[in-house]
Amino acid sequence: MDAVQALADLTEISSQIEAAVLFAEDGTVEGSTLADESAAAELARGALELLEGAAGFRSDGGTVTQLEASTPEGSVFVVRSDSGGIVAVTAPQPTVGLVFYDLKSALRSAAEAEPAKPKSRRRTAANAEEGNGDAA
Amino acid sequence: MRRKLLALAGFATGAFAGTFLYRRAAGARRERLDVYFDDGSMVSFAEGSPEAERLLPLARRLLATARR
Repeated sequence: MDAVQALADLTEISSQIEAAVLFAEDGTVEGSTLADESAAAELARGALELLEGAAGFRSDGGTVTQLEASTPEGSVFVVRSDSGGIVAVTAPQPTVGLVFYDLKSALRSAAEAEPAKPKSRRRTAANAEEGNGDAA
Repeated sequence: MRRKLLALAGFATGAFAGTFLYRRAAGARRERLDVYFDDGSMVSFAEGSPEAERLLPLARRLLATARR
């Protein structure tokens, strides 16, 4: 399942979510329910700003995993993942737990579709010896 | 006497219901920012706090962007 399919499923199962954008760590849009690409990019950038801004509220440097900004006009949800995150906009007074659950499910679905990134292994003398040993 | 008691009970019930509905509506209008950290803790910043005032304008901007 790719990001587009994950987002399509998300908006289908959650009637509370009006729009959602999947983004990479650097803010690159990986998928969006919005037709306007610049709006999707702005949401992704804004979500990163929210996460960074909220991280500054704690002096011990804890990582923000998710947040909800609630206003009378609606709510903004951001959930961070290992490789980026997802931001969603809902109508006022959403069912918070349900929205977070649906967003995490969408993140998991999108992540399953991504090919596993090869881990960069630094070749050291020890590794080289180990490799030689295996070969022998 | 009984009529007076009934009127008093009716007034008290109405006042209680009115207060309840007003507080619920006021609560719904209130803005807040809930932040969840990786250690499982959550902090809620109410409208008017410096933290909420810093990030809520950005959230309002994102809402407007998503709906334009």
